[in-house]
Amino acid sequence: MTIGINEFIIASSLLFLIGFMGVLLRRNTLIIYMSLELMLNAVNLALVAFSRFNQAMDGAIFVFFIMTVAAAEVAVGLAIIVMLFRKKQTVSVDELNQLKG
Amino acid sequence: MVFNPNAVNSAMFMIVVLVATAGLFVLLEAYFLAILQVLVYAGAVMVLFLFIIMLLDVDKGDDLKLGRRKLSLLARFFGVCLVAFLIFNSFSEVNLPSPDLGTVGDYPGIESGIDFSTSAKSFGLILFTKYMLPFQIIGFLLLIAMIGVIVISKKQKTAE
Repeated sequence: MTIGINEFIIASSLLFLIGFMGVLLRRNTLIIYMSLELMLNAVNLALVAFSRFNQAMDGAIFVFFIMTVAAAEVAVGLAIIVMLFRKKQTVSVDELNQLKG
Repeated sequence: MVFNPNAVNSAMFMIVVLVATAGLFVLLEAYFLAILQVLVYAGAVMVLFLFIIMLLDVDKGDDLKLGRRKLSLLARFFGVCLVAFLIFNSFSEVNLPSPDLGTVGDYPGIESGIDFSTSAKSFGLILFTKYMLPFQIIGFLLLIAMIGVIVISKKQKTAE
């Protein structure tokens, strides 16, 4: 049984879809954030698969950069969420509507 | 993961997904990235997430209203089926063929110059030659993120 690039792309699409549904359906900011990470991961998987099957190193390097940026992003985003919670005592996006006109 | 009302359970499932992705990286012969995935994501990022979830204690308002009972029954059914299949597969005569990566296609028009390689050495080589500027920018970005987080958390302390 050989695994071609199609299987990896399907798996990556499924992961992306799950993350997307999480962003759409959930109301908890932390879970939404985790779903965003999941989407980044799906893209990473697709990039590595393409990189491996095209015999080119650039995709793998790109995944390296994406991981770094995601780590920095998580640190900053979680700090913002903690501050938001201290101010509003909630992390539900339904109640965080101060920007609504 | 998405349908679980408990945030801590969600995070645990997320860790499982990340480790599984690392396994897929291993299958794709990207060993360095797999190690990086486990270290950075499962090790650092998810610990941070769990810390914040436990710190904020946000499990009170459940928001999702789906047929959770049916969904969990379905998931249990699939889980039992999978375990039974795996046990049967590993102890019976007829085994699944072991997975095997397809051969690399010969795609014309791709000229990156650097071949895909499994060793961490090639990563270093490329990072310090072709991708030198992005590498530096990434380092600077991490510094900015660190300073930003410190500023964000400090401001709040003085305001209180």
